[in-house]
Amino acid sequence: MTFSSSVVPMGGNRANLEAKHHVLSVLVENKSGVLARIAQLFSRRGYNIYSLSVAPTEDERFSRVTIVVDVESAPLEQITKQLHKLINVLKISEINAAQAVEYELLMGSISTSSETRSELIELVRIFDGKIVDVGFDKLTVMLAGTPKMLDDFEALLGAYPIVEIQRTGRVALQKLDRSAPTRARSKSGKAS
Amino acid sequence: MQLTGAQALIKSLEMEQVEVIFGLPGGAILPVYDPLLDSTIRHILVRHEQGAGHAAEGYAHVTGRPGVAMVTSGPAATNIVTALADAYMDSIPLVVITGQVGTSLIGTDAFQEADTTGITMSVTKHNWLITDASQIPTVVREAFHVATTGRPGPVLIDLPKDVSNQTMEWYWPESVDLPGYKPTLKGHPKMIQEAAKLISKALRPVLYVGGGVLRAGATKELLALAEHCRIPVVTTLMARGAFPDENPLCLGMPGMHGNYTAVTSMQKSDLLITLGARFDDRVTGNVAGFAPYAKVIHVDIDPAELGKIRNPDVPIVGDLKLVIPELTREIKKLKVDIKTQLEPWIAELNTWREKYPLSYNQDPGGRPLKPQYVIERLRQMAPPDTIVVSGVGQHQMWASQFWKFNHPNTWVNSGGLGTMGFAVPAALGAKVGRPDKVVWAIDGDGCFQMTAQELVTATAERIPIKVAILNNAYLGMVRQWQEMFYDQRYSEVYLSPDLPDYVKWAEAMGCVGIRVDSADEVEVAIEKANSINDRPVVIDFRTDTWEKVFPMVPAGKTNDEIVIGPQEMEKK
Ligand SMILES: Cc1ncc(C[n+]2csc(CCOP(=O)(O)OP(=O)(O)O)c2C)c(N)n1
Ligand SMILES: [Mg+2]
Repeated sequence: MTFSSSVVPMGGNRANLEAKHHVLSVLVENKSGVLARIAQLFSRRGYNIYSLSVAPTEDERFSRVTIVVDVESAPLEQITKQLHKLINVLKISEINAAQAVEYELLMGSISTSSETRSELIELVRIFDGKIVDVGFDKLTVMLAGTPKMLDDFEALLGAYPIVEIQRTGRVALQKLDRSAPTRARSKSGKAS
Repeated sequence: MQLTGAQALIKSLEMEQVEVIFGLPGGAILPVYDPLLDSTIRHILVRHEQGAGHAAEGYAHVTGRPGVAMVTSGPAATNIVTALADAYMDSIPLVVITGQVGTSLIGTDAFQEADTTGITMSVTKHNWLITDASQIPTVVREAFHVATTGRPGPVLIDLPKDVSNQTMEWYWPESVDLPGYKPTLKGHPKMIQEAAKLISKALRPVLYVGGGVLRAGATKELLALAEHCRIPVVTTLMARGAFPDENPLCLGMPGMHGNYTAVTSMQKSDLLITLGARFDDRVTGNVAGFAPYAKVIHVDIDPAELGKIRNPDVPIVGDLKLVIPELTREIKKLKVDIKTQLEPWIAELNTWREKYPLSYNQDPGGRPLKPQYVIERLRQMAPPDTIVVSGVGQHQMWASQFWKFNHPNTWVNSGGLGTMGFAVPAALGAKVGRPDKVVWAIDGDGCFQMTAQELVTATAERIPIKVAILNNAYLGMVRQWQEMFYDQRYSEVYLSPDLPDYVKWAEAMGCVGIRVDSADEVEVAIEKANSINDRPVVIDFRTDTWEKVFPMVPAGKTNDEIVIGPQEMEKK
């Protein structure tokens, strides 16, 4: 990856935000209304959802909901306990950002002129993004990366006339164990 | 065997051993009312769907079994929302079945369509929209399981009309498969040992007992624990009767209108042993100043209650029926003479009890008639295991304060939601559940006017409940707050003592109506009411408008700022 830490993140407050945010990975039954139950619970108990993404898992009976919560709005423990009370919720893992691989997708349509077009293509290249659609005077760009990378990219896109930007909200998985197996088989090797 | 969805529903309810349904039919639920005619299940036709819900609650309160209500779609479903919310707050097991418009019409704003599962999501433990008749037995089985296990609560099944008319191959599921629902029943042994240690060291412990003890059916276990250690007990509004008032260890009700000793015992306590209670704001007052010296043991079947309001030193998730005896065993193992250790504490509590009893002043001339006097006379003239059901307001607080509850599940009230209009339908449901017992509803004039029509149901179905209206001509509790906190500026709280004429109204509904204006008429009236067993009775007690509920911890204040009543002040 070629981009340097000198890139100024959007608003410069990502670190602050991260401190308040927690990622919950929630395994739910893949039934109609489950998302409504989760969203409803958050609003009823006065918790804030920062971002949320849902998709079926490898086992079609279940879906995984990745919720980034604003933990200043309520103690995280209370949120997870309340979530657990939903009958369709099977498992909740709290993913600590430092011990997680987190990814998010950004797509943006940007107006370009003949002068700015190549500059924009260069920017996308630096970030390892993609041009996914080309119009007469617009480009649609795409970048998958860490939320921080996306912030930086989004900030830089700000120099161009943005038609529309969309972000998916993040998905996250726990980082894998890197320690070599020792004499006794460690239980941390199991997916938990 | 091929059945229609409607037949499958009724058969499923029979499989769940339902003996009574409170309900009212309409378009979307019509198919289900047909096979009901051939069922052994009794149906009680209420006059308003809210009544069906509260009646089912009353039934569940006194029997410990799930109450069942069935109503149609749209307005009927919305009418029952209050009862669902009430049951949700007080953890009452209910299974409510609502009709829904046909599946092809859902989402089209069809006639009498409401998004029932959406509307009731936040007031049910879970709800189901059935989309195929083959799901019916499974869903019914799951519904009863969810309603009655773990922390009990209301559930709702929404059944579209076309699904009722479909045919399905009958089956009955062997078991319930809910991978995301596994209540923890057994308390963590380490935590129970920790709790036992704290108890063995405490000098001013209090057993803070909530409605969870009744839901768990753990009253005997509680008695054994309290008696073994000689630890005093407070019973919250939801837990009245969970520990006998006549037991010298019982301090009575804590909270906003709790008695001085119960409230202050918690304030001075060094250990709250919290059993199935939830630190409700009506108990804690300003939570920052609540029980400031106390460590907390908190046992609850719902993990979300632990640490929700107050962080426990020892949290225990589990079924009280299992945890309490474990705790008692662990305490016994420690071989500490807790009894002797607590003697000074008990002595101190007893001095408060003597100094600050609950009291009131009935003028010997008979007028004005004091509501507390009425309640005491009702109690003295009733069998000891009488079921008392109340509405919400001053009369509710007096009933809780002045009745003596010595049996579990004999006090039925709306604690968490505070639903005016609860008493009459809930009393009806309670009497259906326990026809062998005397059921007195102690109601306010305001509350009575909200759901009195269920007395028509009671007469028609021969459910002889007794209703004592403490008619103070006001929305009394609100009036009290306006008197104390709004400079006696009375805004929209006057109701009138004789509009409506409660006696005539009672008679119009097929009940016996009696009016009482003075203390010396009380006994005769109650005697007459007690002698009637073939129809409901309503006594209109014209009580003192100006009587206030004391003690009182003003809202937002800490429990140390408890205001005692004028009679106690005089003695001070
Ligand atoms: C459905 C509902 N509406 C309003 C209230 C607010 N409220 C609480 S007590 C009360 C007065 C109740 O009047 P009444 O039944 O006459 O009882 P009293 O306090 O006079 O004994 C009111 C209006 C409530 N608890 N429930
Ligand atoms: Mg009144």
